[in-house]
Amino acid sequence: MKTMMTAAAALLAGTGMAAAQGELNIYNWGNYTSPEMIEKFTEETGIEVTITDFDSNDTALARIRQGGHGFDIVVPTHSYVQQWIEEGLLQPLDTEIVTDLGNIEPRWMEVDFDPGRQYTVPWQWGTTGVIVNTSLYDGDINTADIFLNPPEELAGKINVIPEMSDVMAMAVYAVGGDSPCTDDMEIWRQVRDELMEAKPSWLAMDYGTIDSYAAGDIGAGVYWNGASMRARMQNEDLAYGYPTTGYPVWMDNAAVLADAENTENAMTFINFILQPENAAMLSNFARYGNGITGSEEFMDAEMSEAPEIVIPEELAAAGKFSPACPQEIQDVRTQIWTELLQ
Amino acid sequence: MGKHGWKWLLSAPALFVLVLAASGPLTIVLVYSFLSPGTLGGVSWEFSTEAWFRVFFSRDIFDPEVVTWNTAHLTIFWRSIWLSLQTTFICAVLGFPTAWFVATRSPHNRAFWLFLITIPFWTNLLIRTFAIQELIRNSGTINSLLMWMGAIEEPIQMLYTDFAVLVGMAYVFLPLMVLPLYAAMDKLDFRLVEAGYDLYASRWRVLRHVILPLVKPGFIAGSILVFIPAIGAYVTPRILGGGRTMMMGNLIGLQFGQGQNWPLGAAMSMLLLIIVVGALMMYLRVVNQGGGERRG
Repeated sequence: MKTMMTAAAALLAGTGMAAAQGELNIYNWGNYTSPEMIEKFTEETGIEVTITDFDSNDTALARIRQGGHGFDIVVPTHSYVQQWIEEGLLQPLDTEIVTDLGNIEPRWMEVDFDPGRQYTVPWQWGTTGVIVNTSLYDGDINTADIFLNPPEELAGKINVIPEMSDVMAMAVYAVGGDSPCTDDMEIWRQVRDELMEAKPSWLAMDYGTIDSYAAGDIGAGVYWNGASMRARMQNEDLAYGYPTTGYPVWMDNAAVLADAENTENAMTFINFILQPENAAMLSNFARYGNGITGSEEFMDAEMSEAPEIVIPEELAAAGKFSPACPQEIQDVRTQIWTELLQ
Repeated sequence: MGKHGWKWLLSAPALFVLVLAASGPLTIVLVYSFLSPGTLGGVSWEFSTEAWFRVFFSRDIFDPEVVTWNTAHLTIFWRSIWLSLQTTFICAVLGFPTAWFVATRSPHNRAFWLFLITIPFWTNLLIRTFAIQELIRNSGTINSLLMWMGAIEEPIQMLYTDFAVLVGMAYVFLPLMVLPLYAAMDKLDFRLVEAGYDLYASRWRVLRHVILPLVKPGFIAGSILVFIPAIGAYVTPRILGGGRTMMMGNLIGLQFGQGQNWPLGAAMSMLLLIIVVGALMMYLRVVNQGGGERRG
């Protein structure tokens, strides 16, 4: 789980740059940091980078709260960012070093979780939508009905990712709620009924299913955009839909930890990933958008044109950030979720 | 320092590790189960019995006045226990002939057969489980083969069924049943079996009244070794069962992860521990009773 991976150390030898430039310890999601980009960073700055993986926001937060972690940079999801800031775990960006905040696309600059980007910069962002094998069903796919009221052709062939927050958000939007943390119990009643009614037509609630979609074992489901793109590249029949009633948008954000030991190096790294060329390397590796203006021209063509990555204009407004819910609402959601999976 | 003092000193490192590595975390879990949930995980230091209450009871989310048994939790607990019992049973049925086969080989060959049985332990559980998934999925090896032979026209849905979970669980835990059974059979005095035949006992009578009572301790040890880890099994039911229904392990994981209610997760972990300790105590009782008893 917590595999340590030292990247790019070997390259230093050839460049003649001293390792005296110091080091940088990044705490990030697994398989999420482009090794080529890290190599480039080390080449340009002489800073040696060590990456440690985490597997969930909860793990990351719990570990940093304990202190004594030795990390400089962390990459939390938007819904957790405010909690990180409130607990004083992050330090404000040093605009002397982080000079290129202007490269962030305007729509990702003024975000609720970090207005004006005082603490964080975009790492990768994506959406949770539906994926459909169009050889089985050729109707409208921009709807949550794909998994809530599946058409006959798809019933029994549906996979729903076991991400409570994403599934709840889509269901809340589908029954007319405006926030995934709503305290309107009538909405939750409808959400529960919809989900309970839909579940018998689901085949599985599983994560790692790109191959199963490509092979046709699974006909449709709730899925992430990047993974859907990878599945489509293996099977042209697969298409990604954005429910018009609303779908979750997420963004992971890089930030410098308050007790970082290499603050200056960390700030240098933050500014480094704000460069379009470098941000594009992240996207080419992780297969999600990055929120940096002008990065498209450095991205692989299959990505900069992918309908999974570039949201069609008329569907963009339906995408919403899901906030973290207060505990009493979280308990309601967990209770419905438990009932659903009992 | 007398002789006794030295013996204690020798066991000190083991005791130290046990206290630190077992009791320490356990105490923390116990304490956490009586606290209130913190924001986005963690705990806040306010005493509360809410977590324990919610393990067993649920307030209707739409009408908090109405308190009922938490049927969702109880269903999930029972599913875990039932699956573990079934797994134990299947392992016992498959394990007995396997162990018998090994125990009746020549001493030289026995080592080889035992070695074969331990081979699965060499590979990570997750990888083995994914290998099973590859075998039984719709476009997997077995279905492709059957369709190629013309035995079936449409693939059989095996993955994501209870059948798949049982196959996976039995596969994972079978060696834990075979090894103690083998140990018991290894000590079995085969002259008693021969004596049974000499007295004109049928094969069935020898099995029931001679062999089974003698290898009973092996059955009990094997059942405990299989039942206890099976009840907390997490990976196998999730991957092969498709995750549509939770096991106790998943339910506990949910509270520490997406549910962000650590005290509830801690209370459930303690309950799991209580179930396991209960099973162990039953084991001890059966073993102690069985000591002098011989039938037939």
